[in-house]
Amino acid sequence: MLGFAQTEELEASSNCETVSHYLHAHERKSLLRFLTCGSVDDGKSTLIGRLLYDTQLLMEDQLAALAADSRRHGTTGDDLDFALLVDGLASEREQGITIDVAYRFFATEQRKFIVADTPGHEQYTRNMATGASNADLAIILVDARQGILDQTRRHSFIVSLLGIRHVVLAINKIDLVGYSQAVFDEIETAYRSFAEPLGFVSLQAIPLSARYGDNVLSRSAKLPWYQGPTLIEHLESIEVESDRRAAPFRMPVQWVNRPNLDFRGFAGTIAAGVVRPGDRVAVARSGVTTLVKRIVTQDGDLPEAGAGEAVTLMLEDEIDVSRGDVLAAAAERPEVSDQFAAHVLWMHDDPLIPGRPYLIKLATSAVGASVTHIKHRVDINNFAKLATKTLEKNEVGFVNIMTQAPLAFDPFCRVHDTGAFIIIDRISNHTVGAGMIDFSLRRASNIHWQALDVNMNARAIAKGQKPALLWFTGLSGAGKSTIANLVEKRLHAIGKHTYLLDGDNVRHGLNRDLGFTDADRVENIRRVAEAAKLMVDAGLIVLASFISPFRAERRMARDLFAAGQFIEIFIDTPLEVAEGRDPKGLYQRARNGLIQNFTGIGSPYERPEAPHITITPDLSADEAAELIVSHLDRGCYLGSATG
Amino acid sequence: MTPAPQASATLPIAQRRPAPSSPSLTHLQRLEAESIHIIREVAAELRNPVMLYSVGKDSAVMLHLAIKAFYPSQLPFPLLHIDTTWKFKEMIRFRDETVARLGLNLLVRRNEAGLAEGITPFTHNSSIYTQIMKTEALKSALSSFGFDAAFGGARRDEEKSRAKERVFSLRSDSHGWDPKNQRPELWNLYNGRLKAGESVRVFPLSNWTETDIWQYIMRERIPLVSLYFAAKRPVVERDGQWIMVDDDRLPLRPGEVPEMRSVRFRTLGCYPLTAATESTAATVPEVLQEMLVARTSERSGRLIDHDEAASMEKKKREGYF
Repeated sequence: MLGFAQTEELEASSNCETVSHYLHAHERKSLLRFLTCGSVDDGKSTLIGRLLYDTQLLMEDQLAALAADSRRHGTTGDDLDFALLVDGLASEREQGITIDVAYRFFATEQRKFIVADTPGHEQYTRNMATGASNADLAIILVDARQGILDQTRRHSFIVSLLGIRHVVLAINKIDLVGYSQAVFDEIETAYRSFAEPLGFVSLQAIPLSARYGDNVLSRSAKLPWYQGPTLIEHLESIEVESDRRAAPFRMPVQWVNRPNLDFRGFAGTIAAGVVRPGDRVAVARSGVTTLVKRIVTQDGDLPEAGAGEAVTLMLEDEIDVSRGDVLAAAAERPEVSDQFAAHVLWMHDDPLIPGRPYLIKLATSAVGASVTHIKHRVDINNFAKLATKTLEKNEVGFVNIMTQAPLAFDPFCRVHDTGAFIIIDRISNHTVGAGMIDFSLRRASNIHWQALDVNMNARAIAKGQKPALLWFTGLSGAGKSTIANLVEKRLHAIGKHTYLLDGDNVRHGLNRDLGFTDADRVENIRRVAEAAKLMVDAGLIVLASFISPFRAERRMARDLFAAGQFIEIFIDTPLEVAEGRDPKGLYQRARNGLIQNFTGIGSPYERPEAPHITITPDLSADEAAELIVSHLDRGCYLGSATG
Repeated sequence: MTPAPQASATLPIAQRRPAPSSPSLTHLQRLEAESIHIIREVAAELRNPVMLYSVGKDSAVMLHLAIKAFYPSQLPFPLLHIDTTWKFKEMIRFRDETVARLGLNLLVRRNEAGLAEGITPFTHNSSIYTQIMKTEALKSALSSFGFDAAFGGARRDEEKSRAKERVFSLRSDSHGWDPKNQRPELWNLYNGRLKAGESVRVFPLSNWTETDIWQYIMRERIPLVSLYFAAKRPVVERDGQWIMVDDDRLPLRPGEVPEMRSVRFRTLGCYPLTAATESTAATVPEVLQEMLVARTSERSGRLIDHDEAASMEKKKREGYF
C-alpha cells in the first residue's frame, strides 16, 4: 500500500497521469523480506506496529479495534499498544507473547516489505528459524538498558545458520537510557566483536525508540550524535540481491508437463543461475546432458530466465527426467551423493536419534534417510561444541546423513535452494527438523559420471577445497609473513593443500634477476601473480606475502583471477609500529640513507581501497590468522564448515 | 463474459519482464513465481487436489496463476464452488461464463439439509449461518469427493489470525485447525504428507496484499465480476452500511426504501452479509486510486468478522477456510 507522502501527493493531484505514474513506479518496486528477533521485552512487536502505523498502513477500523484492545490488554497506559496489532492468536494476546511466526506487509515509495515477526524465547527457536529461512535481512533488537544477552547471541547464531547475511542491530528503548551515545557505542562495539565469526556481509547499528518512533521513519532530534541512516532509510536502500543469478544454473524439476505427444516440458522454479535456449544442461543424478530447446510460459517463450522464476523448460533430446531430478549447468554440476554432512536444527518434542529412519525433502525430491552420526551439538548461546547422543527440540547439531538413494545438492552456502532440506517423521508425518548441507561425504558409488576434463574444478573437488590466492599486503615489518605462515599452518592442519610465496623463496630463484627499480618491482609482482595463477589452477590455496605498495600492481594481480579467487588481505600496521619492530634493521638503514625508495620512508605505500580483510594492529597474529581462516570457511573455500 | 474495465490508453503498458540479465525481479514477479511454485507442488505431491473458487478477485488471481503454472496443459484438478444460494446473481453468471470460456471443470455444492431447514442470513445470526451454509457444506464436499488438498485464496494481510497461517495448513480428519500444532514451514519446502483422513488447505496467495492483487489484475488484464466496479445499484442503509437489494428475498425493515446509488464492493460474499461502499471507481486504475486513499480495511465490509473478538480464529478452528 501507500506511504504517507504518496497519499498526500495523490490527494493533491488526482489526475490520471499522476496515478498511472505512481502505478507504474509501484509495479517496479523490489521486495525485501526481513525478520525481527528479540525477546518479549525488547519491543519487536511494538517496532513492527510502529512501522505499520508510521507508513499509514493501519486503517480506521483497525485503529478503533486497537484502541479498544489497548485499554483491555495493553501495557502502555492510555497510549496505543502497537504490540497488540501483531500478536494475532487469542492466546498470544492474553499472555502478551508472540508464539508463532506472523507475517506483516507494508510499503514505502522505494520498496515493498514482508516482515516475519518471530518469537524470542529459546523454546521457540524453531519458529524463528522458520521466519529466518525466507528472509533477506534480520533486525536483531537489543534493549539499550540490557545490552547484549544470551538471547542476542542465540538469535544472531540462528540468523547466521539460516544463511542471512545482512543484519540490523536495533538498539531499542534508547529513550530509557537518556539517548546516550556512550551506551549505544558500548553495545555496538561488543556486538561487532562477538558477531565477527558469523560472517554477516553488512551490519548496521541504529539507536531507536520503537515506542516513540525515534529513528524508525523519522530522524530523531534527540539523537544528534547519530549520523547513520534511520531504520527505514536503511531497509529501503540495502542491497541484498545475493549472487543467486551468478551461481551455476540449477532447476529442481517439480512437475512433468505433458499435455499431448508433441509437448514434453519440465516445470520448476530456478534455484540458481540463468538459463537460455541452447545452453547445455545435465540431469544431475544420471549425468546425461542435452540442450535447452525452449523456455515456455503462457506469456510466450523467453530468451532467458534466472533464479527465482517459475518456468517450463523443453529439452532437445528425449531423455529420462522426472520430479526430483535437478537440471544443472553441464559444466558446473551439483554434488551427487548418498552421504553428506549438515547442520540440523531439531524441531520436535521427540529427539533426533541416530539410526532412526526419517524422510528428507530436498528441493523436489523426497528420500528415506537416517542420521549416521552426530558429530557434535552447538550450544546456541555460546557456540561451544558439545558431545551428544541425541538432539532435543530447538537444538542444533552437526551430523552425518545417509540417504537411501543418491541426491543432487549443493553446499547450502553456495545455493540455498539446493542445499536446504527438511526432515519428516515417517510415522507422524510431522516436519521434525531443518537442515543445511555443508559438504558431500563421498561420491555415490553407483553413479557413472561422464569423464570430466581434468580442469581446475576437478582438481579442486579432488582436494576438497576452493582454490584461491590470498594476497597479503602491508609495510615491511607489518607482520605479513608471520600471519601468512600461521594461516598456512592452520590450513595444513585441517588437510588443505596450500603454498606460500614470499620474497624469500621468490627473490632467490624465479626473480633472481630483478632489482628494486620501479620496473623491476612491477615485473616482480607480475611473475609472482602468474606463478600463483598456475598454482590456483592446480587447485591450491596460495598465500602471497609481498609489500606490493602500489594499487596498480595489486590490481594487475587481481585481474588475472576470476571473482572470488583473489582475496586481498591488508595488514594495517602503522608505520611507527612497523618501524619500531624493524626485524631486519631495514628501516634503520633507510633512515640512514643506505636504502633508496624504501616503502614508507622514501617511497609511498598506497593503502588498499577495498580489501576483503583488514587486519588491525589490535589483533595478535593468532587472532589475525583465525579471522582469515574463518573468512575462508564462510566463503566455502575449505569445503566444509568447521562450526 | 464481463471483461475487466481496463486502463485507458494513457496508462503505461505494464512491463511484464525485466530486461535480459536484469539482476532482480520486481515484487509482483517474485509473488507470481512463489504462487506458481506452491500450486505445482500441490499438483505433484497430493493425490486429489481441488481449487476453491469463490468468484471473487482473489479467486480470479489464483485461477489465473494456476493456468499459468500448468500451461499449455489443462488444470490437473477441478474447481469447487460452495453455493449458499445467497451469492449475488451476477457472481453466478460470471462464474458460469468463466468456466465456459476457459473450459474448466467446476463442481458446485450446496448444503441441501440447511436449505431444507430454511436457514438464511435473516433467520440465524451470521456466524451460525456461515457455519452451516459455508463451512459445513465445504467440509461435506471435501469429504464426499475425497479431496486431500484444497486451494484457497486467503491472504495473510487480511486479518490477524490469517497472518500466522501456513501456506500448507494441515486439517484433521474433522477439518479442524490447531494453531499450536502447525508444521514448521521453511524455505520453499512444503510438507504435504498426510495420514488417512487428513487434508491440507493450501494458500498460494499468502504473501500477496490487496494492492498486489489489484496491480496484478491490471498487469495481467484478468477479467473480474463487475460488482467490483462502481455502478448505480439498488441499496438500503442498514446499521450504517449499504446493503444491496440483489433480489426480492431481502426482507426490508420498517422505513427502508431501496435507492439507486453508485457503489462497488471491495470483497464479495453472500449479498445480505456484504456491505457496499459508495464509489465512482469504474475501472481498475480508478479502483486502485481509490484504494490508495482508503481509510478502512477490506474486511470491514464483511459482517461476519465483526461478530465476536477473535472470530476468524474461532471459525478456522471449526474448519472455515
